[in-house]
Amino acid sequence: MPVERQLSAEDLLLEVRDLHVHFPLDEGTVKAVAGVDFDVYRNRTLCVVGESGCGKSVSAQSILQLVDRPGRIVQGQIRFHRHDADGSVTVTDLAALRSSSRALRAIRGRHIGMVFQEPNTSLSPIHTVGNQISEVIRLHLGEDEEAARRRGIEMLERVGIARPAQNYDAYTFELSGGMRQRVMIAMALVCSPALLIADEPTTALDVTTQAQIMSLLQELQADFGMGVMLITHDLGVVAEMADDVVVMYLGQVAEYGDVDRIFHAPAHPYTKALLRSIPNLDFDQDIRLDSIRGMVPDPFHRPAGCPFGPRCDEVIEGRCEAENPPAFSLGEGGSVRCLHYEEVALS
Amino acid sequence: MSSTNGTLLSVRNLSMFYPMRAGFLQGHRGEVRAVDDVSFDIQAGETLGLVGESGCGKTTTGRCILRVVAPTAGELWYHPREGESVDLARLDTGGLLPWRQEIRMIFQDPFASLNPRLPVLEIVGECLKVNRGLRGSALEERVAELLGMVGLRPEYMRRYPHAFSGGERQRIGIARALALNPRLVVADEAVSALDVSVRSQTLNLLQDLQNEMQLTYLFISHDLSVIRYVCNRVAVMYVGKLVELADTRSLFLTPQHPYTEALLSSVPKPDPRVRSQRIVLEGDVPDPSQPPSGCHFHPRCRYAVDRCAEETPPLRETADGHHVACHLADEIELVGIHG
Ligand SMILES: Nc1ncnc2c1ncn2[C@@H]1O[C@H](COP(=O)(O)OP(=O)(O)OP(=O)(O)O)[C@@H](O)[C@H]1O
Ligand SMILES: Nc1ncnc2c1ncn2[C@@H]1O[C@H](COP(=O)(O)OP(=O)(O)O)[C@@H](O)[C@H]1O
Ligand code: SF4
Ligand code: SF4
Ligand SMILES: [Mg+2]
Ligand SMILES: [Mg+2]
Repeated sequence: MPVERQLSAEDLLLEVRDLHVHFPLDEGTVKAVAGVDFDVYRNRTLCVVGESGCGKSVSAQSILQLVDRPGRIVQGQIRFHRHDADGSVTVTDLAALRSSSRALRAIRGRHIGMVFQEPNTSLSPIHTVGNQISEVIRLHLGEDEEAARRRGIEMLERVGIARPAQNYDAYTFELSGGMRQRVMIAMALVCSPALLIADEPTTALDVTTQAQIMSLLQELQADFGMGVMLITHDLGVVAEMADDVVVMYLGQVAEYGDVDRIFHAPAHPYTKALLRSIPNLDFDQDIRLDSIRGMVPDPFHRPAGCPFGPRCDEVIEGRCEAENPPAFSLGEGGSVRCLHYEEVALS
Repeated sequence: MSSTNGTLLSVRNLSMFYPMRAGFLQGHRGEVRAVDDVSFDIQAGETLGLVGESGCGKTTTGRCILRVVAPTAGELWYHPREGESVDLARLDTGGLLPWRQEIRMIFQDPFASLNPRLPVLEIVGECLKVNRGLRGSALEERVAELLGMVGLRPEYMRRYPHAFSGGERQRIGIARALALNPRLVVADEAVSALDVSVRSQTLNLLQDLQNEMQLTYLFISHDLSVIRYVCNRVAVMYVGKLVELADTRSLFLTPQHPYTEALLSSVPKPDPRVRSQRIVLEGDVPDPSQPPSGCHFHPRCRYAVDRCAEETPPLRETADGHHVACHLADEIELVGIHG
């Protein structure tokens, strides 16, 4: 059943507006993120989906100003709404802060937790799990070693690490891939952040381990009420986890909306094509897979007009090659960047 | 898919144990039982899927069949178009030479498996030079033909791998595997690194080529939705053992092994209206150097009884063509993908 959307301004955590991130390289400028808008709410999961290179990770990294050099936010706002215990709300534009600023460091890991695409590169091999967790706790919550240890072990237990006290003193290379990912989640959540950003947290894992981690994230969200921004290229994961969905193509949001509408009434030709190309487990469909013709263009050769134009089945001759469509509203907070929806939006 | 006409390869009691590197801890020596007493047949013209979690021995099984490694024990009976069957496990390098042309491999990683310093002509053409003695324009013609078959422009043969996208590189790998008109192709996670749209293009291509060239595939993947789409039959592995083997439809609709049931339930369904009832397996896949006693799956199995920790269940046929290694296969009702 279509889930009713109850989005209230009080639950707004993050507003990203017209975000542009560029990488000036010798060969030219990669416009990795080229005008992205989305919101994240408390107690809801926003999934960002799209093919490799479409700008999912860079969008996420920009929120905490963790984009690799020479990448740089060149335009846009990232407004983070901090809800304090006394009910007051402070809004900060993270895009305007310097990456190394005290204000941003106070937010990273404390109010916004992050789980990265590759656990191996974000965990230190020379420190124990406990060293790494307690560092976060002491930095942000100012607790002493003893209290940090207690809190850390509790958190490891919470994320389903067996023998948490022993594993607190283990090195990360002694753990399996699934356990390392749990440690990452424990570290991201140990200060009870309002927002969790998880970049492909299960892509490197088996389906069985993926199922464990997805169940864990759902449980933790139910307990802590955090907003989750989950990046994935797996539409199955989106269907299981998302409340809201951002479909990205070539650094832009092709379509935005609630998960039920995206899967059952997709608007953008790219979303439709993506959905058609998933091999389904169902036996009732015919056997040949639909695929999207052509490939994602390389970032130095962005097509003129609509970025999806060269692969689109619904091209409007004479217009799509010339105009890059803006986001047209679909109602209920949904939007689509496709010229076919111009009239819909006007009426 | 294609019709089957007889057995192409019979794998019998195949084992591959890797010696373990002596760690800092002496006395901890042992062996990794990557593949442990596995038997199955591959029928000519079929696509047999091999599925299971990371480290369960899929790649090792493929490497044994390709004889990249010499198996610890077991037989690999290959049945040629003409003449006597041969046991690949017993042949030396010289003896393997003719069969290496008939059994080829498509690799997982389209980035690592192509030599970046060679143009496509050399990459695809190398085995044609070595095995068929092709040179000059004859070689170029054949490479052009192969590139055309996989949907790449013949002009691309002068380019180097870095100039291609992931999906295009995978096509180059496929062209290379097909250059010598093989009969059996082992595709190890051939589409796992690809995005959905490119993945479906590649899967369609593999199916077209199978029909055109009467190929037989051993299709190794951890992705059940891909397996379901391309395979006629599926073999499920768990910690070095074959636990279930059946035609794709019965495996997905009426699995008989509790591990298969859990595996199927873990696949996220691409529909928010049917958020699944996942069976979340506790713990991790066991270490194949110290597999659990009895049925290797018993520490994670929700149906396990005392006997499961003591006796290893043999793989047996429970229904027509449906093989399963579980003591309780006749007693428990398991749920497939429609449940
Ligand atoms: N450090 C960097 N230097 C130069 N270009 C980069 C860098 N990081 C990312 N890019 C480029 O920015 C674009 C978006 O990359 P991003 O990593 O966000 O993609 P993604 O959607 O996360 O892809 P994937 O699904 O493969 O993780 C790509 O064109 C990529 O090549
Ligand atoms: N060359 C090797 N030396 C030692 N152990 C190996 C080697 N290759 C694979 N293994 C081990 O054998 C087991 C099965 O591996 P593999 O066949 O690659 O699994 P899969 O392809 O199913 O992921 C794993 O435990 C792996 O670590
Ligand atoms: S604007 Fe035109 S090219 Fe772009 S998605 Fe819509 S119909 Fe296709
Ligand atoms: S033999 Fe026992 S432990 Fe193994 S799968 Fe069957 S019921 Fe489970
Ligand atoms: Mg990424
Ligand atoms: Mg493998």
